[in-house]
Amino acid sequence: MSSTMLSRRAFLGSAAATGAFVLGTRLVPVSVFSQDALAQGPWEPGVYLAILPDGLVRIIAHRSEMGTGIRTSLPLVVADELDADWARVTLVQALGDKKYGSQNTDGSCSIRDFYEPMRVAGATARTMLEQAAAKTWNVPVAEVAARNHAVVHGASGRSLGFGDLVATARTLPVPAAASLQFKKAEAYRYVGTPMPSVDLEAIVKGQAVYGADVERPGMLLASIVRPPVLGSTLTSLDDGAARKVAGVTDVVKLAEATAPFGFKPLGGVAVLGTSTWATLQGRKALNAQWSASPNASFDSATFRKTLVDVVHTPGRVVRTQGNVDATIGVGPTHEATYYTPMLAHAPMEPPMAVAEVTGGKAEIWTCTQNPQAVQDTVAQALGITPEDVTCHVTLLGGGFGRKSKPDYAAEAALLARQVGKPVKVVWTREDDLQFDFFHAPSAQYLKAAIGPDGLPTAWLQRTAFPPIGSTFDEKEQYGGGQVNMGFTDLPYPIANLRVENNPAPAHVRIGWLRSVAHIHHAFAVQSFTDELAALAKADRVEYLLRIIGQPRVIDLAAEGAKGVRANPQHPFDTARLRRVIELVAEKSDWAKKPAAPGRALGIAAHYSFFSYIAAVVEVEVNARGQVKIPRVDVAVDAGTIVSPDRVASQFEGAAVFGTSIALLSEITAREGRIDQTNFANYILARQDNAPKETHVHVVKSTAPPAGVGEPGVPVIMPAIANAIFAATGKRLRDLPMRKVPMNG
Amino acid sequence: MSQTSSATTSTIALVVNGEARTFEGDPQTPLLWVLRDTLKLTGTKYSCGIGLCGACTVHMDGRPIRSCATAVSLVAGKKITTIEGLAPAGAEHPLQTAWKAHQVPQCGYCQSGQIMQAAALLATRPNATEAQIESYMDGILCRCGTYQRIRAAIKDAQAAGRQG
Repeated sequence: MSSTMLSRRAFLGSAAATGAFVLGTRLVPVSVFSQDALAQGPWEPGVYLAILPDGLVRIIAHRSEMGTGIRTSLPLVVADELDADWARVTLVQALGDKKYGSQNTDGSCSIRDFYEPMRVAGATARTMLEQAAAKTWNVPVAEVAARNHAVVHGASGRSLGFGDLVATARTLPVPAAASLQFKKAEAYRYVGTPMPSVDLEAIVKGQAVYGADVERPGMLLASIVRPPVLGSTLTSLDDGAARKVAGVTDVVKLAEATAPFGFKPLGGVAVLGTSTWATLQGRKALNAQWSASPNASFDSATFRKTLVDVVHTPGRVVRTQGNVDATIGVGPTHEATYYTPMLAHAPMEPPMAVAEVTGGKAEIWTCTQNPQAVQDTVAQALGITPEDVTCHVTLLGGGFGRKSKPDYAAEAALLARQVGKPVKVVWTREDDLQFDFFHAPSAQYLKAAIGPDGLPTAWLQRTAFPPIGSTFDEKEQYGGGQVNMGFTDLPYPIANLRVENNPAPAHVRIGWLRSVAHIHHAFAVQSFTDELAALAKADRVEYLLRIIGQPRVIDLAAEGAKGVRANPQHPFDTARLRRVIELVAEKSDWAKKPAAPGRALGIAAHYSFFSYIAAVVEVEVNARGQVKIPRVDVAVDAGTIVSPDRVASQFEGAAVFGTSIALLSEITAREGRIDQTNFANYILARQDNAPKETHVHVVKSTAPPAGVGEPGVPVIMPAIANAIFAATGKRLRDLPMRKVPMNG
Repeated sequence: MSQTSSATTSTIALVVNGEARTFEGDPQTPLLWVLRDTLKLTGTKYSCGIGLCGACTVHMDGRPIRSCATAVSLVAGKKITTIEGLAPAGAEHPLQTAWKAHQVPQCGYCQSGQIMQAAALLATRPNATEAQIESYMDGILCRCGTYQRIRAAIKDAQAAGRQG
């Protein structure tokens, strides 16, 4: 197996030269190609797959690789259906191009949305190769079968390699997808096995190419001072000292963006030079002054109070059934308020982009989760069409949602056009933390009436957070679809239930971060559930199973939810939620590890991105109040699994990511400026405070594939909070928990 | 126009991955940017720029240093080893073997630094305990959360070293 990140020109050039058979699932009529007079010319009825006459199979990786292994996993599905020998497969990273369908590698949907298209691509090619062999041998197609990069005729023992069949296969009509026969699950040899990432070798040798590593001839480096408060503008600039720095070539003003900010570059002052160090030194020497902005009133500590206050008032009802008001005052009640702060994505590789702009066309090389958005954003910035923007996708040094927002690519394009040379925009860590599209701060208020059996008879919950929508319409204060992420879809059958969303304005760019609103909603709901279990003096696992109730498929519309559309492929089946709870309890030895002072287990379960996840976290809290996490068990039902080892690694990583959120990380602001500058004050889990062992237990399933990259995060924060409560008696309702002394 | 001021320019000789190299420029330039911008050794990564995350870790005379916070003037005459030179061409370091066996990397961006830090540990304390490994590796941040596989791979490489 080899992989390359060829340019489109190089790919098509070599494919043309070698007479490739290119096939995909978005098929264009064969007639277009039947006019191809050159017998050795490429036959390209589709987009994801090519077979060369020498037998090499070339598969397009159209999604972005940021550590999930997707650049390997989806091509493996094609290769498996094709019955290709992985050693004779080469990968080509796709350019941004709508012909591939969505390339927005976000929302845990790559396998979910493209498992079937990849099977179709592989099965189509295999079927045509089999037909070509049958035609060559003049035997019924039923007598031949693809076997490891060849088609064989069992009765006669004849065999022809894929390459030998290309010339005939490309004369055949493309079969309809509905007519295709797919492999049986037990016949897969790659899907479901722990295949290594195609990038593994390059990574451990230091040869992998990220956005930061791209270099173009004559390229300048650029570093940008951006408006420190969202909406402020440059009032004066002294760049005399900056221009005197050796290696600095240019200082360029970029127009400040105005609301709605969207993915627009923020503007500011760029210092360009012949080395990264020169641009950074030049930038330090700038003296820039900025105007006031309405967002300068933003103080995150004050805003925390605003959020907490608003969820204690009635909000917009997004789900209601029964009569909460008539029932919630009857008998004992319990209420609690939760707060989660702003968070930054902080991928290890900050945003980076290289641009060349010539003759009204732009070429971009960047670490992006969404190359088509790069095309659109750069086109808008330059006043050209998206088709005039070529976007090469490098590896991503982490993404977590930050790199689906391509403001940095537009910065590079604007600067490249201005100076007439290729430009690489280098975001420093400080830039990354201060000019992120932040995960929203949020508050939740929950109140329940408790019946004699300890279960809730009425339940009210409210949530408030500046919504992602505010980045695209600054007036938007309601969460929309983000409220449905683990909040509207509360899976408990409670007769009297109301879910509300309260408004919250944004003062910074708000964006989606790995698992999005599930972060705060799972924390609140699963903490509150644990609080009710504690009041009932119940075993937490038993209580969780009881509150979820008898297995059922939830019809949210029938249960009073507004504007929630069910996905017929992915019904919300609480039997599967119960199953992962039972599994994680068993695997973590829950029953044998009762809580002791300073050491306890905590459990949480959450449904997100159509996956069912339960986690048990073991915590130790020492006399000094330090928290250690010796062990995490995670049970996962994500439907069909393509790459089990990469799935395990995603959940191992999510446990660390969730630990950072639970215990350590927080973005704050004063006078509209972000306080955090680097890893000294934006704190992330390291070897010392990350979970020591995370054990991932995957439920075998043939259900349609569901999300994997994100669903491991939401359970971690409440499971940690619940474990700390069990170990110390302290109920921590504010994140990050390090701010509260646990031994006090 | 690019300006050159002789007052801030020095010529510095160093040995990188066994090859004699010279750098002409600001002696305060961090080694990281000399490696990446001048010598085109991009396996060493930028992430924090102030020695907090370890993505830029290389060896100076066998010791791990944060190249982003080490001025090139401080490594004059020193032997620098980067991820590209950790193993002889065509070979691989036992840690690279172990890293692949455990499929340690996710995004991979921090892994050069992780491997270089681990290589220094393996060379100086081949029998480091789990706690010592954890403490030694604590300075190298991984946002993807590959920590447990990093420790497992180091332990494998320790075992391989003991076998010979």
